[in-house]
Amino acid sequence: MKKMDKTFKSNCITYGMVIAAYIIVQIMVGTGNISSLMKGLLVPVCVYIVMAVSLNLVVGISGELSLGHAGFMCVGAFSSAFFSKCVQEALPNSGFRFFLAIVLGAAVAAVFGLLIGIPVLRLKGDYLAIVTLAFGEIIKNVINVFYIGKDSTGFHFSMKDQFSMGMEPTGTVILNGPQGITGTPKDASFTVGVILILITLFVVLNLINSRDGRAIKSIRDNRIAAESVGINITKYKLMAFTVSAALAGAAGALYAHNLATLQGKKFDYNMSIMALVFVVLGGIGNIRGSVIAAVVLTLLPELLRGLSDYRMLIYAIVLIVMMLFNWAPKALEWRERYLSRFFRKQEKEGK
Amino acid sequence: MSSFVSYLINGISLGSVYAIIALGYTMVYGIAKMLNFAHGDVIMVGGYAALTMMTVSGAHPLVAILVAVLVCTTLGITIERVAYRPLRGAASPLAVLITAIGVSYLLQNLALLIFGANTKSFQSVVTIPAVKLADGAINITGETIVTIVACIVIMLGLTTFIKKTKAGQAMLAVSEDKGAAQLMGINVNGTIALTFAIGSALAAIAGVLLCSAYPSLTPYTGAMPGIKAFVAAVFGGIGSITGAMIGGILLGVIEILGKAYISSQMADAIVFAVLIIVLLVKPTGLLGKQIQEKV
Repeated sequence: MKKMDKTFKSNCITYGMVIAAYIIVQIMVGTGNISSLMKGLLVPVCVYIVMAVSLNLVVGISGELSLGHAGFMCVGAFSSAFFSKCVQEALPNSGFRFFLAIVLGAAVAAVFGLLIGIPVLRLKGDYLAIVTLAFGEIIKNVINVFYIGKDSTGFHFSMKDQFSMGMEPTGTVILNGPQGITGTPKDASFTVGVILILITLFVVLNLINSRDGRAIKSIRDNRIAAESVGINITKYKLMAFTVSAALAGAAGALYAHNLATLQGKKFDYNMSIMALVFVVLGGIGNIRGSVIAAVVLTLLPELLRGLSDYRMLIYAIVLIVMMLFNWAPKALEWRERYLSRFFRKQEKEGK
Repeated sequence: MSSFVSYLINGISLGSVYAIIALGYTMVYGIAKMLNFAHGDVIMVGGYAALTMMTVSGAHPLVAILVAVLVCTTLGITIERVAYRPLRGAASPLAVLITAIGVSYLLQNLALLIFGANTKSFQSVVTIPAVKLADGAINITGETIVTIVACIVIMLGLTTFIKKTKAGQAMLAVSEDKGAAQLMGINVNGTIALTFAIGSALAAIAGVLLCSAYPSLTPYTGAMPGIKAFVAAVFGGIGSITGAMIGGILLGVIEILGKAYISSQMADAIVFAVLIIVLLVKPTGLLGKQIQEKV
């Protein structure tokens, strides 16, 4: 019973942190204490937090290295943006439309997660990693050659160029190959982003602390032992993978409705790797850590903007140094020796 | 028919470059059990080093290659020493993967600062004239010949090195079992550093060959070939030298044929789709060893 209380307390801290950050930012926006650059980053930060938390479900809780998380984000982004463009006139209420778009993006991404997960989760370790990377790249490449248009007779589709769709001249091109989707309604806002973060945290934290979540963790810790006590490996691995894909799809929907143009090439493996960096830097399996790492690392390049040309260089160095400081056995030993006296109280609590 | 043959030869040429890069990947993976994401960027550094030597000091291409190899070897050893070695024995194998990504960003941005974002045109280091076959219908460029020959020589050399020399045997021992190798008096850290040195030297050669065949160089030149070579290494069974070679060449051929006959934009998707099919049928790659998990 006492242990339950502790996880509950820890979860409340995570939710509280997000809500507090939201209130502080809203106050800063209200009093005009925030630069326009930072303002522009608010929604992307929300997107990256959702990405990091959902990826942590696969990497940290399920213990599978996935390098194709951006693929699911891509699917969610394009399906939701497509939907929004199609129903823009029929549904003038932007809030309701955006809600449907996010649900749709998440659902389509979940279907993809399930379909990809079935073959992929048979593999292990680095092989699984490379196949997820391959799927991510395939999704990006395939979206780049799709052309979809709409006119009075219905939808037209081509894989060559926009003229071979055979549309009426009055028709509009919705998905234009490598140029992607332009003119998606800009429905995303910081508030919606924070709500999405809270929903994501709620889903992931509840899953982790449920019976299913413990089953998933047991597979991570020892697959054979878990199998021998009757846990259905495929089912639980797929569950984690699909939930994670759905949340990434929702993040993609948020991302798509924040941009004027949505292009497939944005969702390459660098995006997946960025999410992975947040997860590892925040602590594998630590959901709150993912949130903090996503915020810090997204804002860091902007805070370093004064250094202009050197900022990405410094970002890279900070990343390496932080990794060495957090993970190297020697650094941990050093921290133990010199810093433990400051953190002794916390450690006692931890035990 | 003749166009098919020339596509095939082009594919083998590109595949040979992938194979050389994949050899570096697979050796490092076999011994340090880490995916060296910065490997692709070492290729780019090799390209810039050779280019600088040739344009600034007007050095002979062979001297330029030698300098590129030296620069990359030093770089490889330094990266291993500073960024990877401290993380050996870390709680999660992912830690060193992220550091490798950090090193990759670092190299790209350093190159961006030093050489700028503009595409540099690379002057080919190959002076062998092109060979024309079948009354000029098939044109094999000098770069193609040199690349394929280099690939074969490197593979033979590497296999001999591992089989016949003490250092090569030490590498095998370390990749099998680090702890046992150490007890047998093998310098594990030194062996791993040597592996990185060889891998980076190969990356430098691959970089020069790649830039000679596709003469444009930007700070991001190495990223995609790096990923493809990684795919090639997995394709052939990671850790296996022959596998990396076969995987690399197959990947190059599939890519060029896919570009020529199916769709130029879909070529990458086709490459990755073939990889997925291979892995689903043979989960440890073409020549990978199936290790049965024991309870």
